[in-house]
Amino acid sequence: MKKEFMKKFAVVMLSLVMVFAMAACGGSSGGSSDSGSESAEAVLYVGATGPLTGGASFYGNAVKQGAMIAAEEINASETEFRIEFRMEDDEADGEKAVNAYHVLQDWGVQVVLGSVTTGSCVAVAGETFEDRVFEITPSASSSDVTNGKDNVFQVCFTDPNQGKTAANTILELYPDAKVAAIYNNSDPYSTGIFNAFKAEMEANGKELVEAATYPDDTNADYSAQLTACKSAGADVVLLPIYYTPASVILKQAADMGYEPTFFGLDGLDGILDMEGFDTSLAEGVMLMTPFNPWSDDAKVAEFVKKYQDAYGELPNQFAADGYDTMYVIYETFKAAGCTTDMSNEEICDAMVAAITGGFSYDGVTGEGMTWSTDGTVSKDPVVVVIKDGQYQDR
Amino acid sequence: MIFLTNLINGLSLGSVYAIIALGYTMVYGISKMLNFAHGDVIMVGAYISFCGTSYLGLPAWVSVVLAMAVCTALGIIIEGLAYRPLRGTGSLAVLITAIGVSYFLQNAALLIWGSAPKVFTSVFSGMGSSIRLFDGGLTVTWEAVFTLLIAILIMILMTMFTTRTKMGKAMRAVSEDNGAARLMGINVNSTISMTFAIGSALAAVAGVLLCSAYPALMPTTGAMPGIKAFTAAVFGGIGSIPGAMLGGILIGVIEVFGRAYISTELSDTIVFGVLIIVLLVKPTGLLGKKITEKV
Repeated sequence: MKKEFMKKFAVVMLSLVMVFAMAACGGSSGGSSDSGSESAEAVLYVGATGPLTGGASFYGNAVKQGAMIAAEEINASETEFRIEFRMEDDEADGEKAVNAYHVLQDWGVQVVLGSVTTGSCVAVAGETFEDRVFEITPSASSSDVTNGKDNVFQVCFTDPNQGKTAANTILELYPDAKVAAIYNNSDPYSTGIFNAFKAEMEANGKELVEAATYPDDTNADYSAQLTACKSAGADVVLLPIYYTPASVILKQAADMGYEPTFFGLDGLDGILDMEGFDTSLAEGVMLMTPFNPWSDDAKVAEFVKKYQDAYGELPNQFAADGYDTMYVIYETFKAAGCTTDMSNEEICDAMVAAITGGFSYDGVTGEGMTWSTDGTVSKDPVVVVIKDGQYQDR
Repeated sequence: MIFLTNLINGLSLGSVYAIIALGYTMVYGISKMLNFAHGDVIMVGAYISFCGTSYLGLPAWVSVVLAMAVCTALGIIIEGLAYRPLRGTGSLAVLITAIGVSYFLQNAALLIWGSAPKVFTSVFSGMGSSIRLFDGGLTVTWEAVFTLLIAILIMILMTMFTTRTKMGKAMRAVSEDNGAARLMGINVNSTISMTFAIGSALAAVAGVLLCSAYPALMPTTGAMPGIKAFTAAVFGGIGSIPGAMLGGILIGVIEVFGRAYISTELSDTIVFGVLIIVLLVKPTGLLGKKITEKV
């Protein structure tokens, strides 16, 4: 009898633990707001959706932390209104992102910062376009995000733009090299860059010796792809992928004694911060990133210091994009002459007119950024090379 | 030479699948349930080993022993709390519970270790660089060599255990007829616990070997290899120890060859396609025994 009771007790306890664990997952997704002050003050509600849990949460949390630093700085100097910032979890899933956007609407969102990932951003952009809400994404880089939507803007450069720049850089640096690529053919980011890269290479009369693909980022084994690149004699291998698979590729290449020049894009940013990663594997790897935390630039140094004080880690490109995006929203809002009591539609129209009408912004991810009416930013990717575990100008 | 390289890569990947498949097959054999949380126990094992070497500064082999100990305990706890109360309630309830346990482990790992991937330092990193043959034309990593050797060793040990020892014989008895085994005085509960303990300890070994060869460690690391290993267990004949070994190796080799010679996009399709053909021709799997149900 007693044993039966213990058994039931244990089962109940386990289910309670599970419930709490799930609740904790959900709980952390709640947005954060700045320290409250008197309610009479005017407030601009900036809402964001991004992955705060799940496989891509690394990106969402970085954007959130960067944006919060910007919001704190703005609130410290701005006297007419303050910014309330809230990020809802979308787990990098389009459907959940739309739900998260609806939660933000109930909260009274006036400007949308986001979404962080491309799939979510395309879904949310469809909604904000209908609702006439100004939206600007720090990091969703596909052209699908802005296509046909006059209210959506990007702070990051687009995938085709990156692919094209990568091709031109490789053609310039290694005119005689045999070039191959390994990319994720189920990911729009990876394929978007690859297609633009391939087209630009072929336009310059250069065929790729090998284009190997893999099906998703949880893939564990790249030996067949690397063997193919090696046997094709490739000296330069383009990796338009995220850093997690790239870290495995670098190790497997070293194991098999294959040492080409690996050329990555902004998805590779973060590889040096991976816990346990042997940075000597990345020595000599080239990548394109808009943000170099080791830069001498005063503005960058100040942001990096604040970020390190607040979170105890170096900001990555996503944090920098989040920081810049918050400032772009603030500056555009001011430049458009908006006030917080205007309707979302009025704010949207005024901000769209302002951002495309000669507005320029100097941030930590680029100087003199301007936006065209199709939503893309004018900002050139910077090519850096990894030396001694740091980014250096080539 | 490229053929040899691909063959070695396939054998290495297949050996990891084989060790995971052994765990699946043993648990299925004895309790007739699919332990979908098995892949996530692998992930926990890898994280424990990672913490042992990175945070506690333990030597690699100590961290592996630690991972095996933690996973053994975890296996017994999961069986006792989540599966035992549901024994005899029909296989569907246990299956759903297993999926629940799988999600629970993944989310618990997410809370404890965060979502940022960690890079697992190979337990063989002290062995120096890989073996180079034919003037560097063929390189074989120590991970590949040891994974294959350990997989074969484990298979031999498990076969001896189930045929020679009292506990092993008890396991086979319970797997053949639960009720009759109980009548013969075998403690069914402790036998099943023991099976989960062994299966989970193997999962820890598999986790360490998997992440030594393919070092990115995330809360979802065990999910896909878990599914592939389950396929391997079915392929080789679920319930059969040599079958799991054969199935695992074949799945690994087919996967790598498919990727190298046919299409990188279709490699998984080829693996599952071969599985379907085998099951159509031989429904019990390659080495599975045909069991007639007595009514």
